[in-house]
Amino acid sequence: MKKILLIVFIFFLKTNISHSLITIDITRGNLDPLPIAVSPLHVDPQSEKHKDIKIKELGEKVSEIIEKNFKSTGLFNPLKKNAFVQKPDIAHLKPRFEDWRLIKAQALVTGKMSIKDNKLKVEFRLWDLTASKEIIALAFTTTPTNWRRVAHIISDKIYERLTGEDGYFDTRIIYVAESGPKSARIKKLAIMDQDGANTKYLTLGNELVLTPRFNPANQLVTYLSYFRNLPRVYLLDIETGVQEVVGNFPGMTFAPRFSPDGKKIIMSFAKDGNSDIYTMNIENRVVEKITEHSSIDTSPSYSPDGKYICFNSDRSGLQQIYVMKSDGSDVKRITFGKGLYGTPVWSPRGDLIAFTKVRKGKFYIGVMRPDGSGERLLTENFYQEAPSWSPNGRVLIFYRETKSGPKGAGFTAKLWSIDITGYNERQIRTETDASDPSWSSLLSK
Amino acid sequence: MKFKTNLKNALLIIFAATALTACSTAKKSTQGTGDVYTGSETVEYLASGVPDRVFFATNKTSLTTKSRETLRKQATYLRKNKKLNVTIEGHADERGTREYNLALGERRANSAKDYLMTYGISGKRIAVISYGKEKPVNSDSSSLAWSQNRRSVTVKVK
Repeated sequence: MKKILLIVFIFFLKTNISHSLITIDITRGNLDPLPIAVSPLHVDPQSEKHKDIKIKELGEKVSEIIEKNFKSTGLFNPLKKNAFVQKPDIAHLKPRFEDWRLIKAQALVTGKMSIKDNKLKVEFRLWDLTASKEIIALAFTTTPTNWRRVAHIISDKIYERLTGEDGYFDTRIIYVAESGPKSARIKKLAIMDQDGANTKYLTLGNELVLTPRFNPANQLVTYLSYFRNLPRVYLLDIETGVQEVVGNFPGMTFAPRFSPDGKKIIMSFAKDGNSDIYTMNIENRVVEKITEHSSIDTSPSYSPDGKYICFNSDRSGLQQIYVMKSDGSDVKRITFGKGLYGTPVWSPRGDLIAFTKVRKGKFYIGVMRPDGSGERLLTENFYQEAPSWSPNGRVLIFYRETKSGPKGAGFTAKLWSIDITGYNERQIRTETDASDPSWSSLLSK
Repeated sequence: MKFKTNLKNALLIIFAATALTACSTAKKSTQGTGDVYTGSETVEYLASGVPDRVFFATNKTSLTTKSRETLRKQATYLRKNKKLNVTIEGHADERGTREYNLALGERRANSAKDYLMTYGISGKRIAVISYGKEKPVNSDSSSLAWSQNRRSVTVKVK
């Protein structure tokens, strides 16, 4: 991802930002989503033609992406456009608030766009219909092919303004695309926008690949590949396509993840029946052994400040979650509930650890505090695992497999997301079956 | 020279017998779980009478009496075919998290490898690879399928 492609100029139009009346309470599951009208963006008829983009339809498309983003949060209720009463260009200048209130909208998004000198200029405003005033006005200039990202950035700005938290729409998801019968699955690394658009396949499927994870800058991916039938942790540069083995370990390395500063990869190394946790510094290649125990130690994940590591170990006999200092000292078990616990992942906000729990033949995705208290199970199913956090720590994405019949009949693997409140469970659209999702950080931050 | 080899083998067998007694306590706990596959439906053979795989209980990596019997047959076969190298593939069922299952498969394969080594097979002849839950032999989601998938398979290196 070249920075230059992503450069988006943001101008704050003069506006009165204070005193809006509408806010969204996101501390609980929102059962009363905010009615919001997203007007199609007005397209300047003087705009240049572009070989890849139908500029006339762009205003409608951008508004649809924003609506879809809002709907996916469960916090907003985007209203049907056929009830809209004002033309996009006029509404963008000054909406007739009482008309929009009549269709029960509490917030209104308007905008306009144009292409000039091969630059896409987009301007949008968010209106508080209850207080009858503008609460955000922003303008962006970018390359025209970035138009989907503009829609996501607008969504993020509005989400941030109305919830008080960072958005997560201008993000991507890396995952494993699956096809073929269950006994001989073909697995490829795939990357897509958070909303399922722009899917690209990063490997050809010649070898088994598992558990991809982004670095904090979203340029590198670390994952497990069975290239030449040697399971090893790899590092892939998404932009250049260059791949390399991480370290020189005489055995299987797996369960990789980046440190929050992006400088190290933390992973398991298995030798002679024992898996321990190691780190490797990407720049100077220095390898450090973090755990030293005859049990299986795997699935390490750093706290966002880099001071602690949560991980999975069966040193007590069965799979449980432990937390230690990042140098490997001060190991404490944090799960004591009934059942097995795996795949701990520290929230980017630091306040929670998400995990997979297995109990009585059911799989749960849950969250708990880093000391193990306050366990909440969010969703139960036949098989699901591997939660990954949205960058704002509000939503978890994971994968779920269905129970199969003889010869794997009826088997599917799909990506799902759920709010940490336990509400708004939904399937994420993917072109193929999918597993092992990993959510990027915000691309435009 | 011949006497020496025989003596070496005898010593190894005594050592293995001791290892067996040492394992008898672990064996009891394995029997308690009771979900080790004991059939032969999925089993292939390295040679006549030499099964290629052993099965494990859920979340366990210890060898059952039957598994040890199978591995002793493999050891005998490998002693007779001194130029043959093998890879032991470790597998898990689909009822565990992916990363832990990779470690579990590696440990299962090493369980089998260690046992072969106590019967005099050089570790240099035995490579180990874990596939975790990635290569089920039976794709059904049933207790039977899972028990068939919890396995380590000894494969000849060509």
